[in-house]
Amino acid sequence: MDTNSLALLFASMLNSGTVLAIAALGLLINEKAGIVNLGAEGIMLCAAIAGFATVVHTGNDWVGFAAGMAAGGALAAILGLLVIWLNTNQYATGLALSLFGAGFSAFAGQRFVQDKLPERPHFNIPLLGDIPVLGPALFRQHPMVYLAIALVAWLMWFLYRSRTGLVLRSVGESPESAHALGYPVRGIRLAAVVAGGALCGLAGAYMSIIYTPLWVEGMVAGKGWIALALTTFATWRPARVLLGAYLFGGVTMLQFHLQAIGVEVPSEFLNMLPYLATIVVLALISRNPAWIRINMPASLGKPFYPGT
Amino acid sequence: MFKLEPRPEASRFWSLASPVLALAITVVLGVILFVALGKDPVRGLQVFFWEPISSGYRLGELMVKATPLLLIALGLAVCFRSNVWNIGAEGQFVLGAIAAGGVALLAGKDTTHWIVVPILLAGVLGGMAWAGITALLRDKFNANEILVSLMLVYVASLFLNYMVFGPWKDPAGYNFPQTKTFEAVTQIPRLFKGSRVNIGLILALLGVAGLWVFLFRTRAGFAQQVGGLAPAAARYAGFSSRKALWTALLISGGAAGLAGGLEVAGPVGQLTPYIPVGYGFAAIIVAFVGRLHPVGMVFSAILMSMFYIGGELAQSRLGLPKSLTGVFQGLLLFTLLACDTLMAYRIRFLPAAHAVKGA
Repeated sequence: MDTNSLALLFASMLNSGTVLAIAALGLLINEKAGIVNLGAEGIMLCAAIAGFATVVHTGNDWVGFAAGMAAGGALAAILGLLVIWLNTNQYATGLALSLFGAGFSAFAGQRFVQDKLPERPHFNIPLLGDIPVLGPALFRQHPMVYLAIALVAWLMWFLYRSRTGLVLRSVGESPESAHALGYPVRGIRLAAVVAGGALCGLAGAYMSIIYTPLWVEGMVAGKGWIALALTTFATWRPARVLLGAYLFGGVTMLQFHLQAIGVEVPSEFLNMLPYLATIVVLALISRNPAWIRINMPASLGKPFYPGT
Repeated sequence: MFKLEPRPEASRFWSLASPVLALAITVVLGVILFVALGKDPVRGLQVFFWEPISSGYRLGELMVKATPLLLIALGLAVCFRSNVWNIGAEGQFVLGAIAAGGVALLAGKDTTHWIVVPILLAGVLGGMAWAGITALLRDKFNANEILVSLMLVYVASLFLNYMVFGPWKDPAGYNFPQTKTFEAVTQIPRLFKGSRVNIGLILALLGVAGLWVFLFRTRAGFAQQVGGLAPAAARYAGFSSRKALWTALLISGGAAGLAGGLEVAGPVGQLTPYIPVGYGFAAIIVAFVGRLHPVGMVFSAILMSMFYIGGELAQSRLGLPKSLTGVFQGLLLFTLLACDTLMAYRIRFLPAAHAVKGA
């Protein structure tokens, strides 16, 4: 591979990793508060069509992102109300959200299948973007790519250095103690679920507005589930989430580049790579229970209801 | 504000009433949706709940769709009762279809009708093998079965695509991604003239009886479920959780694979990329709505099948997208989970002043 195609691979890796990173960071916030959200795939699908439809009507990408976040937050709120206030099973409820999201997005998106968005303007950071090889790889990206990195930095500070972050983590570790200290456990959990859903929504909207950019039924194609696996892969550490997201972004992109340089493997097998990689990585990481348990929120997936 | 008070014992009344209430709420939401879309809600309900049962032919089609849903759900019920979260039945269905399809393609014109036995067995083994990967990774590496089985759904679909675009593509098929149509002898025997209902229905009903006996009348079935309800008690009694894991996944994989085999050698008659139509996911809803009970799942499979046919009719009659089916299926599971709260809890409404203190 020459330097140019390497730069291209690197650039596309960052771009595709960004979708996973934003969604996985959202799920990390959920899980730090003790809630597993298996609805991520459905949320991303609904946010993708919400964002896309909004951009088709308004022509403004940022309004589209906001619409995706609103859709994601609203869907996550339904999940939150059910699991936090009605004590429904978190796995089953998340699954219901994913099934509903897949159906609803296909239903709502039917009219937009033929629509195309106009060519996106090319982002380029002056001077830095002109550096040979590095420039095109690192500095000609959509602002959202840098936002994902900033989000990690902020999340690291928020979770481990701020008081609110400490409270959030305590709610995920030991809701009983947090409740005894007088913190509104259910309210905090709901806030975390809505925030996480909004980020999943942002990731979905980024996919349909910038990454593809078009609407196809089922276009998220498992990225929501891979994001979910990433939180385990990263053993619930924000920086490792980002690293894992780029790694998986790279695997996703590798298939196209391998095809481009003429590797003689049927495309279907190359397309399997991200899913197979997720399985392999999950197996390797889960192998050592101690490794997982160090950072896993102690009450992850367990219901908490004050006074019962 | 309200507060949930745990019941000393799960309410038997609500365990039966909750699916009915959930369906009622889903219907109400459906009416609201139809009105919002500017369609006549009465017509909408007719399309979903009356037309699918309005003629003998339609009833047959209802059974054709209910059969795979029921078969897959029966297997999933074993998983969910054992607290094994197999979400990848769709992939096991596809692998069963590929394996069964492979045997059907090998059959020549002069084979006897008994060829359907190896075809269906291949389907069962294909589904078992696919579910076995999930069991193996869970057993040996402690990998989360939800994510593994789901990832395998995507892998299975891509593998199906490879086969029908590649080695198994029909050379005389005008370049369409599909295998050649299977020989007529491989056709799963039908039960009635003029209807596509086949022996799959009988197999599914035998499955209902078999599951009932296994779950409620055998020691193995009992041991299977204790781990899901009380892991500590299961360990104390010496019931192996590894065995329960493998049993659950192999049974459900085999059932999903059988459904896949019945589908391709029955109504479809060839392999195409459109074999996976979401039965594996819809069956999750069938299992929950049917209370993981063999008889309950017969009713919920028929209900879910009505949603499928209703969705198709909504497309031709009302000009609505077929994906309306998925919307209603998802809504039903949502409302069911919410209504199920009534089984375990009593709802007490509190005056506003207390609510502040209680929250």
